[in-house]
Amino acid sequence: MSGATFPKHLLDFQEWERAQLESLLETAQMMQEVLARPVKKVPALTGFTVATVFFEPSTRTRISFELAARRMSADVVSFTSSASSTAKGETYRDTLRTLDQMGIDAYILRTDAAGVPHQAHRWLQKPVINAGDGWRAHPTQALLDAFTLREKLGSLEGKKIAIVGDILHSRVARSNAELLPRLGAQVVACGPATLLPGKLPGASLTTKLREALEEADAVMALRLQKERMDKGLLPSLPEYIAGYQITEARLAWAKPEAPLLHPGPMNRDVEIEGTLADSPRSLVERQVANGQAVRMAVLYHVLVGKR
Amino acid sequence: MTFKSRILNADEVRRALTRIAHEVIEKNKGTQRLCFVGIHTRGISLAKRLVELVERFEGQRVPMGILDITLYRDDLTEIGLQPRVRETRIPFDLNGKAVVLVDDVLYTGRTARAALDALIDQGRPSRIYLAVLVDRGHRELPIRADFVGKNLPTSRSEVVKVKTLEDDGEDAVELWEVGET
Amino acid sequence: MKGEILFKNATLVDARGEHGTADVLVGEGRILSLSGGEAQRVVEAKGRCLSPGFFDLHAHLREPGQEVKEDLRSGLEAAARGGYTDLVSMPNTTPVVDRAEAVRALREKAAQIDRARLHPAAALTQGQEGQVLCEARLLREAGAVLLTDDGRTNEDAGVLALGLRYAASWGLPVAVHAEDAGLRRGGVMHEGEVSWRLGLPGNPAYAESARIARDLEVVRYVWEALETRPQGRSLLHFQHLSTRRGLELVRQAKREGLPISAEVTPHHLTLTDAHLEGLDPLYKVAPPLRTWADVEALVEGLLEGSLDCVATDHAPHTEDEKSLDLLRAPFGIPSLEVAWPLLYTELVQKRGFPLSVLVARFTDGPRRILGLPPIHLEEGAEASLVLWDPSQRRTVDPKGFASKARYSPWAGWGLSGWPLLTLVEGRVVFEGLG
Repeated sequence: MSGATFPKHLLDFQEWERAQLESLLETAQMMQEVLARPVKKVPALTGFTVATVFFEPSTRTRISFELAARRMSADVVSFTSSASSTAKGETYRDTLRTLDQMGIDAYILRTDAAGVPHQAHRWLQKPVINAGDGWRAHPTQALLDAFTLREKLGSLEGKKIAIVGDILHSRVARSNAELLPRLGAQVVACGPATLLPGKLPGASLTTKLREALEEADAVMALRLQKERMDKGLLPSLPEYIAGYQITEARLAWAKPEAPLLHPGPMNRDVEIEGTLADSPRSLVERQVANGQAVRMAVLYHVLVGKR
Repeated sequence: MTFKSRILNADEVRRALTRIAHEVIEKNKGTQRLCFVGIHTRGISLAKRLVELVERFEGQRVPMGILDITLYRDDLTEIGLQPRVRETRIPFDLNGKAVVLVDDVLYTGRTARAALDALIDQGRPSRIYLAVLVDRGHRELPIRADFVGKNLPTSRSEVVKVKTLEDDGEDAVELWEVGET
Repeated sequence: MKGEILFKNATLVDARGEHGTADVLVGEGRILSLSGGEAQRVVEAKGRCLSPGFFDLHAHLREPGQEVKEDLRSGLEAAARGGYTDLVSMPNTTPVVDRAEAVRALREKAAQIDRARLHPAAALTQGQEGQVLCEARLLREAGAVLLTDDGRTNEDAGVLALGLRYAASWGLPVAVHAEDAGLRRGGVMHEGEVSWRLGLPGNPAYAESARIARDLEVVRYVWEALETRPQGRSLLHFQHLSTRRGLELVRQAKREGLPISAEVTPHHLTLTDAHLEGLDPLYKVAPPLRTWADVEALVEGLLEGSLDCVATDHAPHTEDEKSLDLLRAPFGIPSLEVAWPLLYTELVQKRGFPLSVLVARFTDGPRRILGLPPIHLEEGAEASLVLWDPSQRRTVDPKGFASKARYSPWAGWGLSGWPLLTLVEGRVVFEGLG
């Protein structure tokens, strides 16, 4: 039987090689087929228990992971806490160590602070899947973006992908800048000057939307957090919309048929013009559907074949 | 691994498959509701041959699907290397069908067990048969084949290799010994 | 001549240089002789170095109020083990040390503990709130040696100017944590390629240099207006310099003769922002670990004397606190017990930094900032000394720390230069022989 080894964790893409990522996306393709069946469930992970541990609320991501685990027949427990109870002295380490006494095989972790999945992997020596840590990484989101893009564009080799919005605070942008170039794509990140980092490995940066969109094979708009205005990073919402909203007219700068993605949840008529969000150009719903298959594939690769 | 002997050559493989095709038609009393599902990898090549043979004998092309049993294996919690998940494609409705599952070698019976589960998750066939080119014994589960090309007593240290034209460039069945060269 | 301890064949190193070997006799709290004599205890010191005791200008001992992190006993014990005979404690405790009684209480307790000597710093402003000045005269009388709002930054330049003028009139230097709060924002690490890639809020190098530039103008303003200008004293002391640009400003101001001084920590001399790659809050310090170019500049600054001293900024926290995430974990690490061996190994052994200069930055440098006379190895000198081993290598094992903070970014590093014996006025306060 042919086989391969994969990293035990999905913290980010640092230790994942292109071939491993390609086969992970291939497995996701196979999982799509499972999801199309009348019985959307396989016994692959029978006997495994995974915990979703969310220190930052995100119902969508948690449900997507939990369904993915259940469709693979894993037992799922879920722990949700808030940053406030952590502030009350309940440390991540205590919580995770307590859970670890209950025979968990893998952890799916979401936090508002960068690095907690790395810390967890040091404390637990169990597979950890990062479901988003602060501004740092959201690898399964990037994988489902890549999967969705490949479904539409075929190979990503040489393709130009424009990511537009609050790049500085976006784990989605960071993970995509890490992943898409590993699959051959070229990433241009675009946003207001105050919401761009000084540099972003894997991506070129620009404040000029037209420059980012021209010749783009696909466009990804990011969610704009309202708190950026409170912190003085943006003068106002209309100012952002005037400069960076993806409209039908602006999308015309990209290649014909270039699809539009958004990691959700979307602020309609802020990041994307409402009518465009509902148009056939938008792959937003496809992204959500693909999320489950990708997460099933991630669970398979992280959990199976550990010895 | 060392080569020990050739059990079947290309002609013998062809004759065995021809016999299986006839037996299937006879047992099913024709091609009604008949279909084949090949198990990755060589079961797929063998199923294709059987579909062609049935068509030649009965003038009727029956549907065929392919099955990957990786996600149904019972050893995924403990194996070392990670098996690749391959395509499962059954492009027809299984309900009420007489399915012939096709694999190259029947050994412990675990693959067949997994294949049965995988198949049943996809629909409710009226009947499932198992066809294998070689039955080498050493069953670990209460499973038997309905159609067998060759019964071959083996020891556990031996490996039975089925080669197909499509996958290996020739049709043959060989016996190999695990261990020192 | 009869003494208490005789160091036989000790290699003498002080701020003036290396002086070969001698038999150093200690008694009555002084160095009685450099040519041997009789003693109750004879310490064979062949191949080992004797230096004046180290002086730390910047340590957080957390008492009162935060004894779960550290207390006087554990902190002063850690200092003695690190070869320190003297230490300045920071006033950002609970409550803040901003009154004479608090200073006296600390000194009395420290005297009973009898390890490294404690010299409390007191707050510059009441409650360190940056508004109303503290009672500098009464604080000095009680034994405070320095005024600082460290732990916070002095945002109001007007208050700082008043504080400098007032503290100077009572002979007390003022120390500042020079970082511009606005530029620093919520930064938890150095702003640069690593922070951008890791998605962590960055603290730019210019947060430090912008504040230093402002403070230098404040010093100039105060200095020009002073009726008497105490010569050779530091009016304003810059704590824990971390950037090349900040150092350049300090260097230039010193050339112009401004009465300022500056310190650098062991971590800013040995670690960089690349250590944050593993996303471990252990490396979260304030100001943050910078780049290798900054480290190089700081070593150069320490050599030439733009940086007057090495100060630890020993800042212990509980292991639980340091196990929070990078946004919530507190800034700071313990370093009293490793500072000397670390810099002896990394600077002197690996980079050829002159030994006597490093000794000077651990002894005369900090003393001068507080207006204290130097201690040199000569007859009659105060016997506050450290005997250390320049050759034997030992791995840093934080589990054995006297400090309550038993973790370290240098855990597992192989270091030489470990202190063997620390004396305060002739009394053994750390015994690490045998």
